[in-house]
Amino acid sequence: MWAFIKRSEPLWLFVHSPAAIIAAILALTIICGAAFAPWIALNNPYDLASFSLMDGLLPPVWQEGGRAPFWLGTDDQGRDMISSILYGARLSLMIGLAAMAIATVLGVGLGLAAGYIGGRFDAVVMRIADVQLALPAILTALLIDGIARGVLPTDVQQEFRVVVLTLAIALSLWVNFARTARASTFVEMNKDYVQAAMIQGQHPLRVMFIHILPNILGPLLVIMTVDLASAILLEATLSFLGIGLPADSPSLGTLIRIGMQFLLSGEWWILWVPSIFLVLLVVSINILGDFLRDVFNPRLR
Amino acid sequence: MLAVEDLTVAFPSRFGIFRAIEDITLAIAPGEIHGLVGESGAGKSTIGAAIIGLLQPPGHVERGAMRLGETDLRALTPNQAHEIRGKRISMIFQDPQTSLNPLMTIEDQLIETILAHEDITADAARDRAVGILEEIGIRDARTRIRAYPHQFSGGMRQRVVIALAICTNPELVIADEPTTALDVAVQSQVLDLIRRLADDRGIGFLLITHDIGVIARITDRVTVLRAGAVMETGETAAVLGRPAHDYTRALMAAVPPLDRRVERFLVPGDSARGGAASETAARWLLDGDAGPPLGLSVEEVSVQFAGPRTSFLKKPDVFQALDRVSFAVAPGKVTGLVGESGSGKSTIAKVIAGLVRPVSGRLALGGEPLPEGRARPRRHPSRRLIQMIFQDPFSSLNARHRIGDILAEPLWLYGLEPRAEKRRALAAAMLDLVGMEPDAIDKYPHQFSGGQRQRIAVARALLARPRFLICDEPTSALDVSIQAQVLNLLKDLQARFGLSMLFITHNLAVVRQMADDLVVMRQGRIVDGGETERLFRDPASDYTRELIELTPVARF
Amino acid sequence: MAYFILKRLVQSVFVMLAVAFLAFSLFRFVGDPVSQMTGVETSIEDQERLREDLGLNDPFVVQFARFTGDLVRGDFGFSYRTRQPVAEMIADRIPATLELGVVALLISLIVGIPAGVYTALRPRGALTQTILLTTLVGVSIPTFVIGILLIFLFGVQLGWFPTFGRGGTVQIGGWESSLFTLDGWRAILLPAVTLGVYQLTLTMRLVRAEMMEVLRSDYIRFATARGVPYRSLYYRHALSNTMIPVITIIGLQFGGVIAFSIVTESVFQWPGMGLLFLESIRFVDIPVMGVYLVVIAFFFVLVNLIVDLLYVAIDPRLRIRDLA
Repeated sequence: MWAFIKRSEPLWLFVHSPAAIIAAILALTIICGAAFAPWIALNNPYDLASFSLMDGLLPPVWQEGGRAPFWLGTDDQGRDMISSILYGARLSLMIGLAAMAIATVLGVGLGLAAGYIGGRFDAVVMRIADVQLALPAILTALLIDGIARGVLPTDVQQEFRVVVLTLAIALSLWVNFARTARASTFVEMNKDYVQAAMIQGQHPLRVMFIHILPNILGPLLVIMTVDLASAILLEATLSFLGIGLPADSPSLGTLIRIGMQFLLSGEWWILWVPSIFLVLLVVSINILGDFLRDVFNPRLR
Repeated sequence: MLAVEDLTVAFPSRFGIFRAIEDITLAIAPGEIHGLVGESGAGKSTIGAAIIGLLQPPGHVERGAMRLGETDLRALTPNQAHEIRGKRISMIFQDPQTSLNPLMTIEDQLIETILAHEDITADAARDRAVGILEEIGIRDARTRIRAYPHQFSGGMRQRVVIALAICTNPELVIADEPTTALDVAVQSQVLDLIRRLADDRGIGFLLITHDIGVIARITDRVTVLRAGAVMETGETAAVLGRPAHDYTRALMAAVPPLDRRVERFLVPGDSARGGAASETAARWLLDGDAGPPLGLSVEEVSVQFAGPRTSFLKKPDVFQALDRVSFAVAPGKVTGLVGESGSGKSTIAKVIAGLVRPVSGRLALGGEPLPEGRARPRRHPSRRLIQMIFQDPFSSLNARHRIGDILAEPLWLYGLEPRAEKRRALAAAMLDLVGMEPDAIDKYPHQFSGGQRQRIAVARALLARPRFLICDEPTSALDVSIQAQVLNLLKDLQARFGLSMLFITHNLAVVRQMADDLVVMRQGRIVDGGETERLFRDPASDYTRELIELTPVARF
Repeated sequence: MAYFILKRLVQSVFVMLAVAFLAFSLFRFVGDPVSQMTGVETSIEDQERLREDLGLNDPFVVQFARFTGDLVRGDFGFSYRTRQPVAEMIADRIPATLELGVVALLISLIVGIPAGVYTALRPRGALTQTILLTTLVGVSIPTFVIGILLIFLFGVQLGWFPTFGRGGTVQIGGWESSLFTLDGWRAILLPAVTLGVYQLTLTMRLVRAEMMEVLRSDYIRFATARGVPYRSLYYRHALSNTMIPVITIIGLQFGGVIAFSIVTESVFQWPGMGLLFLESIRFVDIPVMGVYLVVIAFFFVLVNLIVDLLYVAIDPRLRIRDLA
């Protein structure tokens, strides 16, 4: 086992990076907690019957008046904070992962093709990317959301809220992937193994996806990690602005927005517990992304 | 002047301590050019870096002594060491394209270096800088000094680099492969310049190179390194002319001679290996529908590339990469193609391979016309018949694929062998044929050395059952001993399987060993052609004669 | 050089046209402009006449050309919500957002570049590791949480700074500025820091990465081997080469500054364009949304053109043709 780790550069670096190990454990814990929320949470914040107003505004246990099992307190409706957070993280992670997946497929596909085909196709894709860059992520997401409001009837809107939000985030993140994939593809195209495959008359799709793609996965993996963090932040930001998810299906951002009402009152935990939790989640993902970046770009070590 | 004794440099890593050089002893006198020669991994550059105090961490000097005159180089504080750099020891790097700061004029870089070490006025420094540029052979130095590095050609840039290295009158200059990136003619001028500076100014040079021809041409003394240890040291003529050490002897035997053709290089580790498996592969190559050798003809081929666009109104300048190039490769023979960088020799390879489309001209393989560029269908028979071997074995194999998959790909692609297990067996047999252990099949490319990878690349080409091989500088990234092995292998395979071959190289000595016929190119045109031996004895054009004369010869 | 600038200009015009097209499509296809402008009591005939007056029955290309022409002339139409001219509404809000963005960008550059240089020169130092970890946390805290935190600490708990609004402003020409009063500076500080933190961490990490790359280059190694003093080596040779890629990215980051100003303005109730944009989204006020897009894209393109000029000024390879 140890010999295996020693031979593998990434694994070796991983076991020697306390920050990466802690971040990985933290991220895994949160992801598992979110995934199994329905089975481990005290109550279901979507289900009015599962909590009681009687438990409202309890502080965390270490403070006067707090009591188990509401370890981190409750909100004004009596919802257990931990439960709300787990359900919120579940929604945030789902949207983040889906948006990242869509952005990856779209961006890598376009970037790879632009780098491989070159010429006019490349120019068109890059000009579209230019336009996208002039309209940064939040703006794109807000805009798509605004358009959805204008086009879709109100009842449909509520139903497609999550879908619109996911698409909006995905559309604002694809440029990163496209630019990286394109730049890496250009580098690979000049390598002889690609030339060899082209001379042999291999199918362009085979050259792109069987030959080039595995060789550019490193930098893409870094972007996937960093963009997962961005997607979660973006979702939280949109929900905070009141444009993302409605209050009845709270994501982490919505929880923070609700908590803002308690900024000036004594119930600090309703605001700060979800905030800290969101930051912990994003920090741990970002630390992992940073670690991956160092692995794939040893010059930054 | 410089005395190095028992120098050992250690690089700690997770696999333990790696000693790049161990117990190295050498001495350089003023005005002496001391050659340091060895193959990759011998620790040549590490010695230079240790002397000038610029070892990459975590590398460090573990033991030994380094003295420059009276100064103990190991006893210096970091700041003292930095003051000595430039003032007493300087360095020249390999690539003049990247050695100069692109944002500063030559003048600023020269004056800054002079003022860093001497207490004189900026005007005096400028006068000195102009003087040195003139001495180094830059005409019109008073105006040219105000230019930026990108305004000089490669050879001129290397002169500027040398000017920067000597502008403070150092005692010792470490030159790390100073001419490797240059063409033969420019290399010759730069070597002459180094010789002149050693003679006129009494500068001692430590000349690090892998090229024994360069060593033979200008060094006074030479030290032969292998795996971090000194094999032999002494007067250059003595060491190269009458090598005492087995390694030096083997090295000299592997150097292709410029003045004659040898049939085989005598190198250790060269095996006309023949396991039972290699016979299987050989039989597979010989039977079936292999057919007779196919010749190739190139007629009046011209290629143009658009230059960088500089205006909306004007069309971009056209760069004529190939200008009505015609030649033929006889069936079953080897045609050599030589030329300096930018002569268009690689462009020809790309035209034949179908990667570049010529603006005019015709190609024919075995008498059949060969469609050009994108007009050549993916399933055209020539895709299989023509295979190519590339220069850089580190990029010619897909790093993410196993050797077995890389080798089986042509069998699958061209439908030569439908069954997967047969493909695998054949790939293993082919590895045996090219002198590799068949268990390589489950490994990845990064587990092999450059020479081994080049053998794998040859096996991949053969598994297409080709009739025509394009070899584009197949050995110029390899060490001489490995080069000799690969050249032997290519010769054997070519003769045994009746392959026609286009052998592209910048190295005249190599091409003399390989080619039956020769084509000499310059700036996209063919300047000379004919039977190889005749051309070497009696070159028709001045250009060919000059090339032959300026190539450093490794003989005594 | 002229070609380089000209090429960038053409690309900029393309970006502007594309954004204008986006804005036009918004206006034309998201909701019906006529039913937005008229009430329920307007008759079908009146609606139809309005449609004809607005030119909505003209061919698509003609409409787009007219729309673009109006934009170029500064005629931005009327808000559905307030019935005011959009041009006025936006113009009122531009100073607040620009001042916020510029102060934030300055904070990020003044702190980010030196920090990036330091961490590149001492890659293994304890302070470097601390800075790197801090900035990692910095990029992970959402802008709005930073804003809330700052309001809570410095506004509510310590009471040093106001928690919303622009404070005292001064009217200079048509420009309402908060940079000329102490009160204005107190008001802008928290939002500018909020907005600047994220850009700061990006700038720092970028400078660090580029600088480390440059420090490994042959010309730096050669300059070291010539004994060029470390001060010149780092701050003359290395830093100038580092800035070439860095200014490009900083130009692109300006877009991020403007976008995140939406969030910051919302947290601090800063009366800028971002807040206006948020309101217009909530009320599906399409003309304001569209014009906001165009204005943002214009600033972005303008900044990047300036960056290109800077680029030419720094890099002789773009200024002076190759002689050899």
